[in-house]
Amino acid sequence: MDLADTPEEQEFRARLREWLAKALPTLPPKPSPEDWPGRRAYDLGWQRMLYDAGYAGLHWPVDAGGQGATPTQHLIFLEETEKAGAPYVGANFVGLLHAGPTIAAEGTAEQRARWLPPILRGAEVWCQGFSEPDAGSDLAALRTRARRDGDDYVVSGSKIWTSHAEVADWCELLVRTDPEAPKHRGITWLALPMDAPGVTVRPLKTLAGSAEFAEVFLDEVRVPVSGRVGEENDGWRVTMVTLSFERGTAFVGEVVACRRVLGELARTARENGRWDDPVLRRRLGRLNAEFRALWRLTQWNVSEAERTGGVPGVGGSVFKLRYSHARQELYDTAAEVLGPDALDLDRPWTLDRLSSLSYTIAAGTSQIQRNIVAERILGLPKGR
Amino acid sequence: MRFQLTEDQRALRDGVRQLLARRFDREALRAAVRAPGLDRALWRGLGEAGFFALRLPEKDGGVGLGLPEAVLAFEEAGRALLPGPLVATHLAAGTVPGAATGEAVVTAVDGGLVEWLAEADVVRGDAAGAVPLRSVDPLTPLHRVASVSPTEPAAVSPADPVAVLLTAAEQLGTATRACETAVQHARTREQFGQPIGAFQAVKHLCADMLVRAEVARAAVYAAAVTADPADIAAARLLADEAAVRGARDCLQVHGGMGFTWESEVQLLLKRTWVRTHRGGRVTESEETLAAELLS
Ligand SMILES: Cc1cc2nc3c(=O)[nH]c(=O)nc-3n(C[C@H](O)[C@H](O)[C@H](O)COP(=O)(O)OP(=O)(O)OC[C@H]3O[C@@H](n4cnc5c(N)ncnc54)[C@H](O)[C@@H]3O)c2cc1C
Repeated sequence: MDLADTPEEQEFRARLREWLAKALPTLPPKPSPEDWPGRRAYDLGWQRMLYDAGYAGLHWPVDAGGQGATPTQHLIFLEETEKAGAPYVGANFVGLLHAGPTIAAEGTAEQRARWLPPILRGAEVWCQGFSEPDAGSDLAALRTRARRDGDDYVVSGSKIWTSHAEVADWCELLVRTDPEAPKHRGITWLALPMDAPGVTVRPLKTLAGSAEFAEVFLDEVRVPVSGRVGEENDGWRVTMVTLSFERGTAFVGEVVACRRVLGELARTARENGRWDDPVLRRRLGRLNAEFRALWRLTQWNVSEAERTGGVPGVGGSVFKLRYSHARQELYDTAAEVLGPDALDLDRPWTLDRLSSLSYTIAAGTSQIQRNIVAERILGLPKGR
Repeated sequence: MRFQLTEDQRALRDGVRQLLARRFDREALRAAVRAPGLDRALWRGLGEAGFFALRLPEKDGGVGLGLPEAVLAFEEAGRALLPGPLVATHLAAGTVPGAATGEAVVTAVDGGLVEWLAEADVVRGDAAGAVPLRSVDPLTPLHRVASVSPTEPAAVSPADPVAVLLTAAEQLGTATRACETAVQHARTREQFGQPIGAFQAVKHLCADMLVRAEVARAAVYAAAVTADPADIAAARLLADEAAVRGARDCLQVHGGMGFTWESEVQLLLKRTWVRTHRGGRVTESEETLAAELLS
């Protein structure tokens, strides 16, 4: 057991730090949260800088245009960029963290050549069209239909909670191609161009007051068959590949950020006198334990991925369960530190507190994660 | 970074697990409850296997290993619910004659209590006037001391970080056993025509037990690598939580059977309670971690 960088890792970290110190001051000012085109341009601009510096798709395989870095190097990248205050992956989330890796693993040579370079270069944004109004946790219950017509699929139905749909060029879309087949069989994974005729995006306002996600209506939209990743009706298997990427290292930067917030909370509490309250102080101490442990668990999971050389395993569910609750606890504690200021929407921690409420729902609810842990790790019987 | 057990560490852990399976299995645990008392032969057996001398340098007759290895050994002891003043004797190896080999049983005043006072050959700290209490744990006899002497040697003072960490390792082992025991029962016990583990209310109790244990494991192992005081305090808080709540949930999964003297669940829970009183109080660990935020 060892937590120190190897000489190669040390060198990688030092080079990255040096580059960040030079690159970050050249970034344009951050756009406001409501300025969607501005946010898209900002996120893509950052991706382009990473690309030019040889840091794009660090964890992707080399034959997919990535850097083939080790999981530990990827961890160092996420840690250092967060510490330096670099932009978050933002609008590039789906492309870099799941659509891209899925196409790299399951796509044809032409598909890889068509879609992967623009993701890495910061030219195109992807979104994820999995959930539907009547199919959330029970994803395989999806009803959006696609029927074959010549070289096209003709798609009708609707998707919901689609993050970044407003600014996306492509959507990883799940459709039902065989309504007669058993639930998990008749599904297909398609790359949908968001500018195709018949696609309507209607933004949904979140409880934080912003429009992070949207409804997507699909009315007889023609998607070329060449946009199908994997075989027709084999989309569920492809989806499982996608979901395994989603939970891997997606939260690493956030854990680093949470630890920073915790330190800021302690200093704020000392300044405003709340630090003298032993109950609050110990609650902050416990959160320190929590986020230290989550960081250690991340390091453990990453080392494990490196050892097994594989796709992130169900260990991601263990992490996601604990982290999503810890993050909510963190911002509830922030509210205790802030007192009445916690009700002021102009304080960043108030918005963070609101957005943290989605963590136990998005990317699989806590209840669904517990089912996964119990059934796949502990081997308990499936419920009816 | 390679935050995984090395081959040698795996071998060591498996070796201790096998030794304890041979010398202190479920039957032995039950027998110990029927006839409490420290098994001297077992204690010497542990000494021979290097359990107490694990961190003693080879030139002093020890095994010459480090804190990570000690943590793995203590995790196995916690998983087996091995009774006795294991931490105090381990810490005394090298200073108290006979401790390293298991010839001597060493106990220490800790948290206002002394474990196994009547059976110990050596007591560290001032236990004068200690009065026995009717211990909640059938396998940990306890005495209470009037006050903790401020002149205690540092090696056994309540805040000794190594003692805190080794206790956390024991808690981790017991947390793991609680989860395994609950899952085993949930797979086999049937109600309403199916294993109770198919019911989500039971399934989710088990999932939470695993999550708490795995988070504690990462914290305990990392603290063993860094020996950082804040990491150790964090390991302690998470391991206590995983063990105590894990044992409670294990009891819940066992239903009425869990509330009986016969079931081993009581032993899991009571031992975890005893350990939460060691190495200073939980609030001390919380304060350590709070102070660290401002450093
Ligand atoms: C901020 C945010 C962003 C999102 N972004 C995207 C996106 O980009 N693309 C996308 O496709 N989706 C996205 N989602 C959707 C997300 O994946 C779903 O909201 C989630 O899977 C839950 O589905 P649901 O909302 O339909 O809730 P439901 O499935 O209706 O669940 C409601 C409640 O019932 C519980 N429940 C349901 N089934 C079970 C069960 N079997 N056992 C126990 N309890 C159960 C749930 O835990 C929950 O508490 C996003 C969601 C949020 C909040």
